[in-house]
Amino acid sequence: MEFLIENFGQVTWQHMVMWLIGAVLIFLGIKKKMEPTLLVPLGFGTIMVNVPFSGAIGEHGALQTLFNMGISNELFPLILFIGIGAMIDFRPVLRNPKLMVFGAAAQFGIFFTMCIALMFFEPKDALSIAIIGAADGPTSIVVAQKLDSNFLGAIMVAAYSYMALVPIIQPPIIKLLTTKKERQIKMDESNKPVSKFAVIVFPIVVTLITGLIAPESIALIGFLMFGNLIKECGVLNGLSETAQNSLANIVTIFLGISIASQMKAEQFLQPATLLILGLGLFAFIFDTAGGVLFAKFLNLFLKKKVNPMIGAAGISAFPMSGRVVHKMGQDEDPSNFLLMNSIGVNVFGQIASVVAGGLILAIAAMMGVI
Amino acid sequence: MFRLLSEQQKIDLFFEPGNFIEGLKYLGLGMLGIFIVVAIIAGVTILLVNVFKDKK
Repeated sequence: MEFLIENFGQVTWQHMVMWLIGAVLIFLGIKKKMEPTLLVPLGFGTIMVNVPFSGAIGEHGALQTLFNMGISNELFPLILFIGIGAMIDFRPVLRNPKLMVFGAAAQFGIFFTMCIALMFFEPKDALSIAIIGAADGPTSIVVAQKLDSNFLGAIMVAAYSYMALVPIIQPPIIKLLTTKKERQIKMDESNKPVSKFAVIVFPIVVTLITGLIAPESIALIGFLMFGNLIKECGVLNGLSETAQNSLANIVTIFLGISIASQMKAEQFLQPATLLILGLGLFAFIFDTAGGVLFAKFLNLFLKKKVNPMIGAAGISAFPMSGRVVHKMGQDEDPSNFLLMNSIGVNVFGQIASVVAGGLILAIAAMMGVI
Repeated sequence: MFRLLSEQQKIDLFFEPGNFIEGLKYLGLGMLGIFIVVAIIAGVTILLVNVFKDKK
């Protein structure tokens, strides 16, 4: 009988804390509907790996095998990007390409957080923590894996939790940095027609340009743009449907549960984790601030002012950030429809965050980390 | 500089304020890089959309 209960004696308080953390992630995913596709498998996997002598991890453990198959070589997040690319419509930003600059400005938090994190962590971990500000799970995973960060689990929890909390994080920052009058600025919507040729060539052009400037990012941007191409070309509807639905769902299951192999108590329960969660929030705050302040700066020179709130929509949390900005505009003036502009900026934020990921890898190469 | 040692994992946290100043150089490079890439993409997109219009 002893062999049935001896494992109970091996349970530590750290295991129980991780069970609680797993339960909280599941609660947030199911009850609060915060990124359930990631938080529910991540939470459940956290419980599985924090059982003493868990058979799910270790050399032949299922979660370790999945991790080796698709996370350690960055394959799962890249395949997920095909699905994400197939879900995106770039027409709002093609109609008004000037909006792209706000996508660039809203990546400021990544690089500023990098400066702060370098005070506390080795460069490979500081850069991995900074990429939480990309507000993009696959980019965060790819960068953290390429840099061989020690904190993949904490980085993933931070990235996905804060992405889901965008409607709570962004509005106070936007209100702090803007006046009521600025928030009430109305913007014209562009109804410029976009040719099918332009829509098809756009993903090819973006891949080439980004790849030539930051070759480290070509897998990231290439898979995202490939997904978009198979959707827009019009002759691969079956592949597009599969990418958007079955493929994205299958990979999401594997990704969520295999990331949990990094949520072992001895890796997660350390002072660094709290600091990482704090720095991740910092990155989101300064992304928002960067976008808004850049828009205010541009307004000094523009005759036709832009609503500075759309700068905040440049983070990659699509479509939440775009909707948050539109709603804030409506709260100030119900006749103000910012949605087309804010969604256009938000859509381009997907590309900008991947470019930022590539630049982080280029910076890592400059630092001699990779 | 102080060091805080996590007993279980033996991963050091440290505090080196000078690294923030060092990091500013990379912040500048990163933001410059992203604006250059985006400016090129925007320029090419404007060209693409204006040159290749759908025939009515």
